[in-house]
Amino acid sequence: MSEFKNISGIACILDIDNIDTDQIIPTEYLKSIKKFGFGEFLFDGWRYHDIANINTPTSSRSLNQDFILNQAPFNESKIIITGKNFGCGSSREHAVWALRDFGIETVIAESFGDIFYNNCFKNGVLPIALNQDKLLMVKDHVSNESKLHISLADKNIVIKNEKIAFEVDSGMLDMIITGQDEVDITLSISDKIKSYESNRLKQKPWLN
Amino acid sequence: MKTLYDKLWDDHVVEDLGSGDHLVYIDRHFLHEVTSPQAFDGISKKNLKPWRLAANIATPDHNVPTARGQNFELESIEDEVSKIQIIELDRNCNKFDIPQFDINSEKQGIVHVVGPENGFTLPGMTIVCGDSHTSTHGAFAALSMGIGTSEVEHVLATQCLRIKKLKNFRINLLGCPRPDVTSKDVILYVIRSIGTDGGTGHAIEFSGDYISSLSMESRMTICNMSIEAGAKVGLIAFDKITESYLSDKVQLDKSEYDKALEYWKSLSSDSNAKFDKEIEIDVSKIKPQVSWGTSPEMTSDYDSCVPELDQNSDKYSTYKKAIEYMGLKEREKLSDLTFNKVFVGSCTNSRIEDLRSVAAEIKDKRISESIEEALIVPGSGQVKLQAEKEGLDKIFIEAGFSWRDPGCSMCLGMNEDKLSPGDRCASTSNRNFEGRQGHMGRTHLVSPMMAARIAIHGGIPHE
Repeated sequence: MSEFKNISGIACILDIDNIDTDQIIPTEYLKSIKKFGFGEFLFDGWRYHDIANINTPTSSRSLNQDFILNQAPFNESKIIITGKNFGCGSSREHAVWALRDFGIETVIAESFGDIFYNNCFKNGVLPIALNQDKLLMVKDHVSNESKLHISLADKNIVIKNEKIAFEVDSGMLDMIITGQDEVDITLSISDKIKSYESNRLKQKPWLN
Repeated sequence: MKTLYDKLWDDHVVEDLGSGDHLVYIDRHFLHEVTSPQAFDGISKKNLKPWRLAANIATPDHNVPTARGQNFELESIEDEVSKIQIIELDRNCNKFDIPQFDINSEKQGIVHVVGPENGFTLPGMTIVCGDSHTSTHGAFAALSMGIGTSEVEHVLATQCLRIKKLKNFRINLLGCPRPDVTSKDVILYVIRSIGTDGGTGHAIEFSGDYISSLSMESRMTICNMSIEAGAKVGLIAFDKITESYLSDKVQLDKSEYDKALEYWKSLSSDSNAKFDKEIEIDVSKIKPQVSWGTSPEMTSDYDSCVPELDQNSDKYSTYKKAIEYMGLKEREKLSDLTFNKVFVGSCTNSRIEDLRSVAAEIKDKRISESIEEALIVPGSGQVKLQAEKEGLDKIFIEAGFSWRDPGCSMCLGMNEDKLSPGDRCASTSNRNFEGRQGHMGRTHLVSPMMAARIAIHGGIPHE
């Protein structure tokens, strides 16, 4: 995972509420047993006219030129700006893997699905939730100028001379910046887990 | 004074990690073929083993074929990538010694059907699975939630999750419903009322005299779809009905059982517990529900119309896209739609009670000529066996349904059970997202009773 303190790049607007993880990555591609290689299937149902599977070469597919991520400069988007409840539905982490593999570093939305939100931080993708007014300002800016700059250190989005502050849990943000492994951190206090377990069996012997 | 969620949470906190983060112990971990391979790979690369083997139970469900018949062999799966995933689950379960109901087991089925019916789901447990419908198990007063694959790896390796506490939301469901209104209609109505993000950041506890009157199967349907209201945790208090369901499924000696029962009886919210949010719904006013759009909140009464688009509404672009995708017209009567597919199944509605409800509607009738395919997919091998004991399979087949083997099937179209572009399907599943049941397929979420009626009439029947 790359260390980054800022995100700068092309931002595209998907002005739809409730974009579910089935749209972000359709079920067919969940048949892969790998953790990478999902970028070409991001928003598959919207990006292509045809259907495919994990072995279909992208070059053979029929692109939907009307879809924003197929149009320059948005085909190089690093930022997605959308409505409320982005990433609702299925828990599939493949949705975040697809965004990450495409090159998306942050999603700015009014709100997120809970499971998707957690999954983002495990894979270096930053979900930013903004209230309606702030979101509208960001959308207005991006409609005129497709680039956006986000400072992780200051937790703000820079628009012309204005800075739009956003809130994100510092510990979770650290995970994105440092890419630390949670399993290792948890195992460093494995004595606490063992002690919980022995108490648990005393109190609830029916749980094995 | 604590809510049920507070009690379950407090009982499982291993360590307060600061700034809201907690290390929470996980009692039960369900695994299936789709969201586990990368997690097993992760622990292998770290040279780790599952922390507590007995916590885990696996079964393939998402992409298994449902027309397997007897003497089925894995090799006969035509879809090579699906086959690899099922073989990979076998391989990982063998390698790590994780118990599995494999594809040929009589107990194989959808994890959220298999868990409860085999006594793996117990009140008071924390339960996770790499599947958002893990909320189902909340019907047993268990703190259960769907997790991503990184978290599956974390639970395998540490038996814990690093999470923040959710807020408390109570939905009181009161009154007696119409006879044609099932728990599926009630949860669809709840989602329609609070929206698909109404429960985001919250654990929803469903309570009230309506909930108390429900069977465990109906309660599971309610908790199953709490995720469709944004809440990854749905909960229902322990009571006599929970106790009676568990009585023949839990194998504990008398002294252990008595001790467990004493604890389980404490699993309800204290009478003056504080909730961050609370609403009340009179279920006697609810009509049978049918979804018209591409999000579960886009649901209406069965005798109503597709909504009219309002350019000034903030829902305009979302609704417009949904109406176009679904091949509908504004203000069109739902009862004017012609259906060509019916799917009965999924972790929402594939239990014995659901199948009985369909059988009662279609007995001695034939499916409509407009219906090209009507699938009925039991949730597990045990549900299938029970249905066949009761002769339900004959009723289904005589009516023109295709009676299948257990799996997730057309709920998500990962196996060969898919809609074709333009198909209009009455489905007892949980998601009507674009392409969910197959590329360009159109899904209308309904109860098993309504699915059966649509199968017979080819459309939503008039009064």
